Amino acid sequence: MNAQFQPNLTRRTLLGGGGALVVSFSLRPFARAAAQEVQSEAEALPEWGSLKDNPMLDSWIRIDAEGKVTVFTGKAELGQGIKTALVQLAADELSVPLGSVALVTADTARTADEGYTAASHSMEESGTAIWHAASQVRHILTGWAAERLGTGAGELRAEGGAVLAPDGRRIGYGELVAGRSLHVAAAAPSRLKPVGEYKIIGTSVARIDIPAKVTGGVAYVQDLRLPGMVHARIVRPPSRGARLTGLDTRGAEAIPGFLKVVRNGNFLAVVAEREFQAIRAMQALAAGATWQRAAALPNEDEIFEVLRRLQSEERVIKAEGGGVTNAAQTIEARYLRPYQMHGSIGPSCAVALYENDALTVWSHTQGAFPLRAAVSELLRMPPEKVRVIHMEGAGCYGHNAADDVGGDAALVAREMPGRPVRVQWMREQEHGWEPLGSAMITEASGQLDADGNLVGWTYDVWSCPHSTRPGGAGWLLPGWEIESPFQPDRPKPIPQPAGGGDRNAIPLYRIPNVRVVDHFIPEIPIRTSALRSLGAYMNVFSVESFMDELARAAKADPVAFRMRYLEDPRARAVVETAAEKFGWKPGEKPGPGRGQGFAFARYKNLACYVAIAVEAEVDAGTGYIHLPRIVAAIDSGLAVNPDGIRNQTEGGILQASSWTRFEEVRFSTEEITSRDWGSYPIMRFESVPGSVEVHIVNRPDQPFLGTGEGAQGPTAAAIANAVADATGVRIRTLPLSPKRVKAALGV
Amino acid sequence: MWKRLLLGLIVLVLAAGIGFFALAWRSAYDPIDPPGRTAFDDAAIARGAALAGIGDCAVCHTAAGGEAYAGGLPIPTPFGTIYSTNITPDPETGIGRWSEAAFRRSMREGVARDGSHLYPAFPYPHFTKATDEDIRAIYAFLMTREPVRAEAPANQLPFPLNFRPLMAGWNLLFLDEGPFRPDPNQSEAWNRGAYLAEGLGHCGSCHTPVNALGAERKDRRYAGGVAEGWHAPALDASSPAPMPWTEEALANYLRGWDPHHGLAAGPMAPVVETMKDAPAADIAAIATYVASLSGGRTASRRSADQVVAFAEERAFGPVPQVDRPKISAVQAEGLQDGERLFVGACATCHHEGGALPYTRPVELSFSSSVTGPDPRNLVRIVLDGIHPPEGQPGPIMPGFAGALTDQQLEALLIYVRRHFGNAPAWRELGATIRDIRGSDAS
Amino acid sequence: MMALDVNGTTRQVDADPDTPLLYVLRNDLALNGAKFGCGLGQCGACTVMVDGNAVFSCVTPISLLEGRRITTVEGLGTAENPSPLQQAFIDEQAAQCGYCIAGMIMRAQALLERNARPSDAEIRRQMQPNLCRCGTHMRILRAVRRAADAMGSASAAPAGGEARL
Repeated sequence: MNAQFQPNLTRRTLLGGGGALVVSFSLRPFARAAAQEVQSEAEALPEWGSLKDNPMLDSWIRIDAEGKVTVFTGKAELGQGIKTALVQLAADELSVPLGSVALVTADTARTADEGYTAASHSMEESGTAIWHAASQVRHILTGWAAERLGTGAGELRAEGGAVLAPDGRRIGYGELVAGRSLHVAAAAPSRLKPVGEYKIIGTSVARIDIPAKVTGGVAYVQDLRLPGMVHARIVRPPSRGARLTGLDTRGAEAIPGFLKVVRNGNFLAVVAEREFQAIRAMQALAAGATWQRAAALPNEDEIFEVLRRLQSEERVIKAEGGGVTNAAQTIEARYLRPYQMHGSIGPSCAVALYENDALTVWSHTQGAFPLRAAVSELLRMPPEKVRVIHMEGAGCYGHNAADDVGGDAALVAREMPGRPVRVQWMREQEHGWEPLGSAMITEASGQLDADGNLVGWTYDVWSCPHSTRPGGAGWLLPGWEIESPFQPDRPKPIPQPAGGGDRNAIPLYRIPNVRVVDHFIPEIPIRTSALRSLGAYMNVFSVESFMDELARAAKADPVAFRMRYLEDPRARAVVETAAEKFGWKPGEKPGPGRGQGFAFARYKNLACYVAIAVEAEVDAGTGYIHLPRIVAAIDSGLAVNPDGIRNQTEGGILQASSWTRFEEVRFSTEEITSRDWGSYPIMRFESVPGSVEVHIVNRPDQPFLGTGEGAQGPTAAAIANAVADATGVRIRTLPLSPKRVKAALGV
Repeated sequence: MWKRLLLGLIVLVLAAGIGFFALAWRSAYDPIDPPGRTAFDDAAIARGAALAGIGDCAVCHTAAGGEAYAGGLPIPTPFGTIYSTNITPDPETGIGRWSEAAFRRSMREGVARDGSHLYPAFPYPHFTKATDEDIRAIYAFLMTREPVRAEAPANQLPFPLNFRPLMAGWNLLFLDEGPFRPDPNQSEAWNRGAYLAEGLGHCGSCHTPVNALGAERKDRRYAGGVAEGWHAPALDASSPAPMPWTEEALANYLRGWDPHHGLAAGPMAPVVETMKDAPAADIAAIATYVASLSGGRTASRRSADQVVAFAEERAFGPVPQVDRPKISAVQAEGLQDGERLFVGACATCHHEGGALPYTRPVELSFSSSVTGPDPRNLVRIVLDGIHPPEGQPGPIMPGFAGALTDQQLEALLIYVRRHFGNAPAWRELGATIRDIRGSDAS
Repeated sequence: MMALDVNGTTRQVDADPDTPLLYVLRNDLALNGAKFGCGLGQCGACTVMVDGNAVFSCVTPISLLEGRRITTVEGLGTAENPSPLQQAFIDEQAAQCGYCIAGMIMRAQALLERNARPSDAEIRRQMQPNLCRCGTHMRILRAVRRAADAMGSASAAPAGGEARL
């Protein structure tokens, strides 16, 4: 098992390299930090995933003299189970037992630079790379064995970490690699095993990280405990853009265990020996700080008008057809989404150590390499003097405060040379300062001919940026606070086909006349960045709500109406599967106050296909939506770990059911006012659906597709459609909170 | 002689029986076919919705996790458990077959459509004051709800209380039938408020003490009562609230939060929740009337300025630990244990100037749970915490039932009472704690 | 110095008595199970058991705990030898990021020690104070159900079948 997950950590084991046979290790030169998410989304996925960028096999796989296999990924475990899936791929393709494979996740000193762990790309990029690398390594080992055994490679087979000859002779991998190097470039073509020969791929292997997590093992950066470690807390301004005008540190200094106040412009932190002492010192320091407040945020009541007023860059992302000539009716609708929050259960945390002019940051960032670039700029240090090591944190669901707190810890650690500094944000800081999912506006117009056929579709979407990840210090919160602050560069839209604010804005339905326009708002009235599925959540909510509205106008069953315009057989299959497993019956109302709703999308129009059917029960008295039953079908190509796919999809459904029913970030002109779980309620057990089923449409012959974000949008639309079915009232503004539903229902 | 006496007695008993029968007997109203929505106009339905909110119909007529107005909620009374009925227009199990006249009679006289008597857990002694027009509006509202098929469980009442005609006698003694009579010497708002509070709002059901037969004591109106194991504080001049109840404060409170009184807890929480949608003028009118009950007086007779000054003196600063010397004055009195517990467990949230919880708790010196005559509200809040309705924003206080032993809770509350309440120690505090925890555990 | 009974062992702790148990567990006793989530008793990531009851360790000062029995997730079992409830969480793969899970396990454990045969509704009600953000709720409920069923049948068995709660 990876050194990071052994208890009794010492600094030495964490900083040390791998085992004995670490040969020259190929890393791409530090490069593609800024806008990496933007770029990678734009590129067609290479056949080899990240192996194309990092072709040296020992960048991915190393084998020591005992035959132990270590797999290196530039991706991070975010709770999505990626570690287990990657180990499965490597073990099966290498023909070694699952338990003999260790995995090292993103570490700027040890692994390939795979940019961000985001956009459901990990399996496509890192998974594909490791899979192919494993296959090539197996063939190389078999070739070496053939030399030693004096037989043809074709007569040999790999099994259980050894190469076997027909006569029973056997050479272990450890013996084979002795004195030889796997520092060779991958060569085309890879000869993967035939699908039928896999024993581990395609099975629901238990996740390797769960035992530690249920027994209190060291599992998170929050658990990292280094010798001599001290604790710091940040005092953040009372409002966005406030300036620190006075500081009385005496209260903080009086706290037992106090070590130091760190001030750099408007950046203010305090260090103490123990964690609770640091919290007390933070409270005392906050009480001693005088700020000039600012009203930098827009007026909450006018936020959608504000977004429409801001300058936007307009891009026609789809234009097809010569115009509608036979419209019998036109339907129009406008949908709204408020700002929403990642809302990690564990506030962001980082540990940093500044020693001998070099800095190491342990972080749950989604991008170890980009964070290294940002931190080195923030501290004005050469990047090679900064090392970022990924350790898990609480689930982040996108770009939350993980990078910011890494910057915080770095700034404080520089003032505490030789002592590791652990910084964790407080709950109100996490809620109040994390980059949010953008508020969005969509407008749809559809035309039906006299027979109820969908003949025209226009759609516009307005959104602030969905990716402001730290390409540099200008996108780190502390970067704006320090005395010589960094300016963020101008955000860029993520281009189609993946898209950012316009992700999934193009319907997958075959419609003769389509026009879709993205209005990218580069200005950021409230800090926003990537929240699970980016714009897809809102666009699928809008598109799939609107499909229901059109179906109603066409007097058609919503599922049948969708099937009319779906051509992709994989799309049709998930729709049919979900409808069948749900027991969808056109026009059937499950009971008083109850309704059924359906939605479908292919995430990014590139990744997994998801269809969801929902039964909703609406309490007319309170406006509260109960969800007795949810059934989903998903096709994400070859299912490497079916239970992992179910777990991710189930999780996406439940999380989106919370977003959709309850979540809306509130703010004043000075600050975010959703600052804890009382002021930003999310789903509790009382609101958990009665049952959730996920059915996998397995495609062993198809490449694996990103899975983690596919359920967000369809869940939202299916709930809204079920509520409309239950009550006859269409609600187009998120969330469908009790208050909003009650108001919409009237009496 | 013997025979005549016996005959006389029989006649007398018979006559009494017939008399009682005549008194108790109510005819059934003919069942009707449930009227459709078109039978009611939208304005009446909307007015009925607001009035049903003020009347808190949904609070009792909705079981936990059940459909609104479908009944089935167990209502504990000193006499036994009564289950609320289904008042959706379901023809078999609800009021779908009730005519407006039958509905009106139930509100005025406490008699069901079939002529049987209802128990005064249904507050018809208050509802009787509602106007025909308002009853009609509520009827319109209820009859246009989604019908729900739901049979309420049978009441658990001992003999003879399970004999419904007995209620006729109760009504004879305690029911003042008839509509509200306005007081010409009072303002229009006051009269509107009195009409709503005395009638549909049925405030007195909880806030007035009751006699042995469960009827509100007319000589002690709003002197404080009991509801579901909670103390319903007095609304008259003996109000335990440290800050006098003003019209403004009451209006704030009824909308969810007042800085000098906090928020509704316990059984009052759902009442406020259902009243939130009532017209602002009606809330203001209720506030006007209820404020007049105490006339701005409180049991402590302290002025608002005095209360505020005291609260400021006793409040914890932004860093509770550092501020401890400030409160050391009480240590001499043997309150150290409670003080220590408070600093560790409570001051995380109950201090000034902190960032969290974002919805700041009320200053404890303003809380009638701290200053009131009965400790049980505070005991319950500390044990169970405060939780907003599912999925809705609102302050959260965690329950401390698992963390505190009986002795620790007692020490804590002795300290809180003394330090923040400036009030004499509760007698029976330990017994109350044991009682509540014992009953919770059963 | 204060003596705390943690997972059956007496531990001497040198911390301010006002310090919430959470920080003592994590920093002084190097136990990772209880997590900082909000510091306000709103999310349950810090849940441990005191005398068999689920408590929020982030708002429970150690001054309350002298002579009382504190149990953390580490006290139930180990990765090699998990308790029935921990095993049920593994069997159901009831974790995504897992940050909330130790708290979930402790709150469920408190229920199962009080009531070995809870209904599904009772399980949901018990778990209400604890938040999960990954959406693992269905699996958490299944894991508690599975453990309850396993422990229930174990305790129904005659001798030697006593479940380690």
